[in-house]
Amino acid sequence: MSRYNLHNSYKAIVIGGSAGSFQGIIKILSQVSAGFPLPIIMALHRLKHVRHGFVEALSIKSNIKIVEPEDKESIRKGIAYLAPANYHLSVELGNYFSLSTEEMVNNSRPAIDITLSSSAYLYRNKLIGILLSGANRDGAVGMKQIKDKGGLTIVQDPAECMIDTMPKAALSLTTIDHTLSIDNIVAFLKELQQHYK
Amino acid sequence: MITELDIADLKKITELILQRHGYDFRDYAMSSFKRRVLRILELGGLTIDTLLKQLSDQPDYINDFLDGLTVNVTEMFRDPGFWRLLREEIIPGILLNNKQFKIWHAGCSSGEEVISMNIMLKEMGLMNDVTIIATDLDTVILDKAKSATYPLKNMEVNEKNYIRFQGKYSLKNYYREENGRAIFNPELLKNVSFRRHDLVTGDAFNKFDLILCRNVMIYFNQALQNQVLKKFHNSLFKYGYLAIGTKESLIWCEYVNRFIVVNQEEKVYKKIKD
Repeated sequence: MSRYNLHNSYKAIVIGGSAGSFQGIIKILSQVSAGFPLPIIMALHRLKHVRHGFVEALSIKSNIKIVEPEDKESIRKGIAYLAPANYHLSVELGNYFSLSTEEMVNNSRPAIDITLSSSAYLYRNKLIGILLSGANRDGAVGMKQIKDKGGLTIVQDPAECMIDTMPKAALSLTTIDHTLSIDNIVAFLKELQQHYK
Repeated sequence: MITELDIADLKKITELILQRHGYDFRDYAMSSFKRRVLRILELGGLTIDTLLKQLSDQPDYINDFLDGLTVNVTEMFRDPGFWRLLREEIIPGILLNNKQFKIWHAGCSSGEEVISMNIMLKEMGLMNDVTIIATDLDTVILDKAKSATYPLKNMEVNEKNYIRFQGKYSLKNYYREENGRAIFNPELLKNVSFRRHDLVTGDAFNKFDLILCRNVMIYFNQALQNQVLKKFHNSLFKYGYLAIGTKESLIWCEYVNRFIVVNQEEKVYKKIKD
């Protein structure tokens, strides 16, 4: 019946997005229901000097709480975390976040690769990585690291992306388990949630 | 290219540096520490073994290593709202009690924040009333800070921040251009003393009215953040101010109750108890 062969041992979902991903993110957050059984960790490219407004914009239609974590904040399920403006967001052994102001990676801070890479290291095969529309190659290396550690990899269908460079870069660098439209990513997440009941 | 290090590799490095050189990185946040070491390996074309050998056999290499390890990415007037708060509330608050006062920039890196501070103080007519101590672990970066010279390409973002800070003039009033570099007026550093100091192993060394340590403790784990906050507490006069990065937090530190929050948004605290 299902295409996905899902189970309830995943510990986190990490989502990367850039140009053209905003509407997709909004849709995903508006469709997952409250009490989602995993943390959703989002690294989205954003204006570095605009500290406010992004969480509020994402929150309007979201059923789950959206938080820009502070340094060393614990990671909790059922919350969507957004990398703050002008900081890289990592996860640490011990299941908490850390922030950094290191050099930009792929011309980006927050860089998707940093969040994905540290998540792959922490969660290993218990991680789901999702990469959405975007205009550069950020996230491809991180998706490869997720795959190499046994995690599950999903990209937004390039045919649907406003700008398909980012998912295509990941597709050419590593094995992507599922290439899905936003609607199907939503369906995937709803099905995943059923496994935790 | 090495893309992954395990904990055992990192431990070998931290133990060697501690024994041989006296720097203690055991309580640094692991993900960023690992990325810094990977970057040093990549830029130097090194392996873990050759890195360990260099750290062990070449006494001077530690300075380059520290320079690679510390994150030296910063901007002038980073978070302009913070600088407006300093100008409009914090500095006037200090002036209520003291005509002259002292500031510590802990982890000053290449000195952008020190320059910003003195530009602000100069525009407030206060520069001669303030003594600044600026410290960093990294001697290479301290030399850069002393030179007050920055790549011209950095000045676009610095100028944008300065405009958002609503400074009186233009940053161009404070530097001259030469060979693709912005060289700031040395007068802007006349009240500044740069010193090497390690927040981890160093002691409190003076008392201050204001300490800035923004986006430095994010590279430490919580245990170390807790220790460093005690040193800051010990280094502040009663009713002195501490500014940390906008996404940092002190709420889990033992000494948090000895401070009150002056501004939650910009993360400025005030010491209220000894």
